[in-house]
Amino acid sequence: MGYARFFWRQLTSMRTALILLLLLAIASVPGSILPQRTADPNGVIQYFESNPELAPLLDSVQLFDVFGSVWFASVYLLLFISLIGCIIPRTRHHLTALRTQPPRTPARLERLPAHMAVELDGSDAATAIASAQTQLRKAGFRTRLVEGEKPSVAAERGYLRETGNLLFHLALVGVLISAGIVGSLAYTGQKVIIEGHRFINVLADYSSFNPGSGFDERMLEPFMMVLDSFEVEYESENLNAYGFPVDYTAFVSLVSPDGTDEQRTIKVNQPLPVHGYEVYLLGNGYAPKITVRDGDGNVAFSDYVAFLPQDNNLTSLGVIKVPDAAPESFGMIGFFYPTAAELSTGALTSVHADLQNPVLTLNVYTGDMGLDDGVPRSVYELNIDEMMQVAGGVSGTAALELRPGESATLPGDLGTVTFESAARTGEPSGSESVLRFATFDITHDPSGPWVLLFSVVALAGLILSLVVPRRRFWVRASEQANGRVHLEYGGLARGEDPGLMTALNDFAENHIRLLTMKETSP
Amino acid sequence: MIELDGYSLVAIYSAMAIYMIAFVLFAVDMAQRSSRKAPPRPEETPGQGAQFRGAVTVLQQKSPPAEAPTVAMRIGQAAFALVVLGWLLHVGGVVLRTLAQGFVPWASMFEFSLTSSAISVGVFIVIQRWLDVKFLGVYLVGFTLLSLGVGTVNFYVPVKPLPPALDSYWLVIHVFVASLATAFFTLGAGLAIGQLVQSAREAGKRSFSWFTSLPDSTRLETMSYMLNVIGFVFWSFTLIAGAIWAERSWGRYWGWDNKEVWTFIVWVVYAGYVHARATRGWRGTRSSWLALVGFATVIFNYTAVNLFLPGLHAYSGI
Repeated sequence: MGYARFFWRQLTSMRTALILLLLLAIASVPGSILPQRTADPNGVIQYFESNPELAPLLDSVQLFDVFGSVWFASVYLLLFISLIGCIIPRTRHHLTALRTQPPRTPARLERLPAHMAVELDGSDAATAIASAQTQLRKAGFRTRLVEGEKPSVAAERGYLRETGNLLFHLALVGVLISAGIVGSLAYTGQKVIIEGHRFINVLADYSSFNPGSGFDERMLEPFMMVLDSFEVEYESENLNAYGFPVDYTAFVSLVSPDGTDEQRTIKVNQPLPVHGYEVYLLGNGYAPKITVRDGDGNVAFSDYVAFLPQDNNLTSLGVIKVPDAAPESFGMIGFFYPTAAELSTGALTSVHADLQNPVLTLNVYTGDMGLDDGVPRSVYELNIDEMMQVAGGVSGTAALELRPGESATLPGDLGTVTFESAARTGEPSGSESVLRFATFDITHDPSGPWVLLFSVVALAGLILSLVVPRRRFWVRASEQANGRVHLEYGGLARGEDPGLMTALNDFAENHIRLLTMKETSP
Repeated sequence: MIELDGYSLVAIYSAMAIYMIAFVLFAVDMAQRSSRKAPPRPEETPGQGAQFRGAVTVLQQKSPPAEAPTVAMRIGQAAFALVVLGWLLHVGGVVLRTLAQGFVPWASMFEFSLTSSAISVGVFIVIQRWLDVKFLGVYLVGFTLLSLGVGTVNFYVPVKPLPPALDSYWLVIHVFVASLATAFFTLGAGLAIGQLVQSAREAGKRSFSWFTSLPDSTRLETMSYMLNVIGFVFWSFTLIAGAIWAERSWGRYWGWDNKEVWTFIVWVVYAGYVHARATRGWRGTRSSWLALVGFATVIFNYTAVNLFLPGLHAYSGI
């Protein structure tokens, strides 16, 4: 019991809080030096590849999940326990202080940090103190009259300072609870939508999905969103930034369960609220339509393929797998250049993100794509470990190079591949020839408003606790043998208060002025 | 309007030249201070104070401590006047850059260095009304020159359109308040350095004779605390505004992105600093060191996080 009390005292002391705060800062540092699974999952994979020995060691102490780790949580939980242990007695104390009178006048006012003494004629002690009390009340002080031979008044103001301080700390607990507990109900998913295609809000239709710990599939509200078109505006006047994207707009149609249809737009900093969700525009790229006829002349593949952008001019990488082709299955890794230009090395590159000279190149691989071994494979990757390259690179056969509307024969008897033009009319390789796709983030996070509310309360409390001065003033009067009144003023502040002395002097001067005025003009 | 960018640079270079002269004068002023006397410590000054009608005798009155004396401060005054002049040109340069590009000049590292140093000097000038910290001139102008020099030489970028990711009014609020907080932290750190030197001098460890005319270490500590606390309030606001913007832009208010991690670290260190003032054994020198650790995290957040660590704020880097 004695130990428990000792431990509790230690934990709730200011020194412990301070050390825990510094520990929290230090504990956060590895979270920025090492890649984190939540913020940068690919970075973690790369780190494992380049440091195969060190990485598992670091992983065993959760250094890739710093902010969800046991040790990070134990620091902030201890900090919050310490905080609560500090706040509860202080709140009790403050509530008592709000109901009790200011403390009695100390015997020796001259020992206080602010002090002043005067002697004046023509008044008496009782009047002087009564007038001081009125004046202090008007200035927002709570007062207490101490009668006796040397009457005095004790006054205190600025209780809001402590109220603000407590509010600040309590609101931080609120932030932690809303982010931690309400935040577990949050979920977010990503969806790649190609122009003219749709998304339905069911789990199976997401490209990827990150549920909070409290997520249940039945929480998904049904709605449908169609990406009607995606438009990009490019800088064309400022030559320093020619081709720089200035604006992205996704034009979407929202179809509600009752069949109503509305047209809306989504921009990068303007998410679209839908049925308690927010739909964010995250990224975009091109999705060439590719049709493959196999060696037997049958259509083995025909679809839009989202190519992932690799640079600012949208040189993009995509994968096409044709497992059902006969006589032989194959896969292709392609590069798409919206505005292709040849480098001096002969390699292609894209020099503008808009569709000015679209070119698609394809490397072709035959062999085992590893699709049947039960391991889940990304649609954006082709595992070429067990495959043989038959076109492009080291194969000796040039990579296929296609423009919209063109077809090419694959090497061997694999078949043909066509880069379909999406243009309905006019030039097959014009600016309408390839559809764009956009990546959306669809999130639902009920904790946001709560976290915001508590943060704002915390900030307001912090400001109150710093700008409101908590001051105690005392005035004592005594009548001297010579008939004059001796007045003593004392002031004490809690916390930093650079204005204390000035405030006391101003108060005293006003008080004296009022007293002497009364005396001279009856 | 793009051609205004050239005039903006001219204004910035002129401001740098004037700051340079001010820097030299501040340094001379600093050296001369060693021959000055220490300011009077606050003490009981009988008979001083207000004039009252009637027979009032003021027996005792404590007055607020007097600031550093104003004698023989010609050089310091000249230096300060030059800082004001340089600042006007500096602000002119920032305004021209704004006009040239049509949006607030804090979207790249070059613009950060331009604008946040202008805000720091602005705070330094305005704050003299309440707090005479002209003795920080060498430190602050030195910092400003460094920031402008590195900014214009290493990070200059011509006017470009605003990337869609930054196209939000939160850019205006969030970054401006962050720069304001940084300005207060910079001055607070300068005073913390002053406190450390002054307390070493007071303890008789070193002579540091040019510090004799500066406020004593307790006063320096109090001033440092006041400025750092203002910075802390602005930083808290920056953090909240950043979270609101992140929610609007990326769909989550907090995701432990590198910039978020370091913004959090800065906040936590300064929270510790504020508590240190109320903890026995942590006042004085220790709390000054803590203020400097806090400022180091601010600088790290502003430079290394933008330049070397990957993250969602990387596009704002250069």
